[in-house]
Amino acid sequence: MSKTETALTDLGIAAIRDGVASGDFTATEVASAFNAAVEQAQDALNAFIVTTPDNALAAAARVDADRAAGKPLGKLAGVPIGMKDLFATQGVQTSAASKILEGFRPPYESTVSARLWEAGAGMLGKLNLDQFAMGSSNETSAFGNVISPWRRPGDTAPLAPGGSSGGSAAAVAARIAPAATGTDTGGSIRQPAAFTGISGIKPTYGRCSRWGIVAFASSLDQAGPMARDVRDCAIMLEAMAGFDPKDSTSLDLPVPEWTASLDADMRGKKVGIPREYRLDGMDADVAKSWDDGIAWLKDAGAEIVDISLPHTSYALPTYYIIAPAEASSNLARYDGVRYGLRDLPEGAGLQDMYAATRAAGFGPEVKRRILIGTYVLSAGFYDAYYTQAQKVRTLIARDFARAFEQVDVILAPTAPSSAFALGEKSDDPLAMYLNDVFSVPASLAGLPAMSVPAGLDRNGLPLGLQVIGRAFDEQGVLNASLALESRAAFTARPEKWW
Amino acid sequence: MSVDTATVAKIASLARIKVSDAELAAMVPELNGILAWVEQLGEVDVTGIEPMTAVIPNAQRLRADVVNADPLTGGGIRDAVLANAPAPEHGFFGVPKVIE
Repeated sequence: MSKTETALTDLGIAAIRDGVASGDFTATEVASAFNAAVEQAQDALNAFIVTTPDNALAAAARVDADRAAGKPLGKLAGVPIGMKDLFATQGVQTSAASKILEGFRPPYESTVSARLWEAGAGMLGKLNLDQFAMGSSNETSAFGNVISPWRRPGDTAPLAPGGSSGGSAAAVAARIAPAATGTDTGGSIRQPAAFTGISGIKPTYGRCSRWGIVAFASSLDQAGPMARDVRDCAIMLEAMAGFDPKDSTSLDLPVPEWTASLDADMRGKKVGIPREYRLDGMDADVAKSWDDGIAWLKDAGAEIVDISLPHTSYALPTYYIIAPAEASSNLARYDGVRYGLRDLPEGAGLQDMYAATRAAGFGPEVKRRILIGTYVLSAGFYDAYYTQAQKVRTLIARDFARAFEQVDVILAPTAPSSAFALGEKSDDPLAMYLNDVFSVPASLAGLPAMSVPAGLDRNGLPLGLQVIGRAFDEQGVLNASLALESRAAFTARPEKWW
Repeated sequence: MSVDTATVAKIASLARIKVSDAELAAMVPELNGILAWVEQLGEVDVTGIEPMTAVIPNAQRLRADVVNADPLTGGGIRDAVLANAPAPEHGFFGVPKVIE
């Protein structure tokens, strides 16, 4: 790779867009540099399921032509991005990292990806993820594990990039994509962002259209950006968000100019510290980074307020009823009839074909969640499990509503630890689920929440801090995150070994 | 509440997922572990609490009653609809013979 190419891949969204607009370099040069970086890293990191270098170059050529013709350029003009392989992309395989959708080429484009192309972005490829976004380590993909670009010093053991948006996180952290899309159902943007030392925001439920995103748990699924810093996330979120009549839960609200209103001054703002998040036996480095975050926001002028979210400990079990219940319903569509895999054993009837197709096409974690979901929705158990969980969900949302009567944002860790090694938790579903302990409550309440890098732990691995805001107040979340970012001064990056 | 092999086999059948006996044997303790853990929700006092139906309040919208108002989701695109079908036949989705 030439020196220029290396320099271009160090740039984020704002720097690329501004550099292309001012003519410092062309969009084609940027796309070529990232295409080369993607290709070079693919064998080692496995961040992509499909790479689409021609797509990135074609989008760049359009931007360069528009600039030459003096046409106005979009918010993301000339920025090549990675697309989580959960977004339907016209003519390009959309697999959700599953065998059952292998080879599926959507005849349409998801609303979010269409908006990004409209804004001038190009696609480097489809990023690996946990199968159907079910997982916290990217180990459930049918296309192999994503390897984090991070390693413990003096150790080559492969680490988890987090999940489910593990390919997105690894690609941005490794500087093979300046930004990527993610989706977050219970922490799938925030936890991998924390594990890899990047930023990511899950907006308020309904900000980004779910149309064309492979559904996992529809009352929780939200798309959001993953990028190098808070400002890049704000720019990209502006391009992704917006009302879409094709999604019945889409918010019919204007998209605020979050980037223009970024402001790290926290004077007059109150920051809540939820006491229930300080768990017994909490990792000492995670606790310390939380204390650092409190000190940084104080330094930014905020008043720190002790708050209570009494039903916090029930959030995870609530989530692991509601999300599998919705998944079991959503994934009923994969039956070998209309698209995707079909397994038709000799002499099989329709029912046998369904069962054989789904047995062959779904991985173990997906089956586990479908079975849990089927059980909690089945006659005789529906009220005890599902209705009870939806009532507790109401209480969890009410906890947040009460807290936001006293404070403007809430500060918490993103995840209970830094990245773990691949294989370390994959044999124990419950241990894996506990990774989402700090991220799931905001998901259940539909609130905007962001993870920003806070520093490195004793193993030299990134830790994230999470800011949770009121519904619709992405600005408050971004601003507090910016205040953290400017004080954390996080410049660490993985040493290149791939 | 815990599940036994017969119950898991029944759930798998409801979910239309074929499972082998060996898979069943492995799933029973896994599912019981998860179910025992979620059982703690039973201790929450939910007297007078309504189950969540919409996390962000939103009114139900109806689209205009116009044919093909949005061509993307409208009709007349049979070939696109069938393009990914594993066994399309004569412009339909093909399935094994169904005799009941």
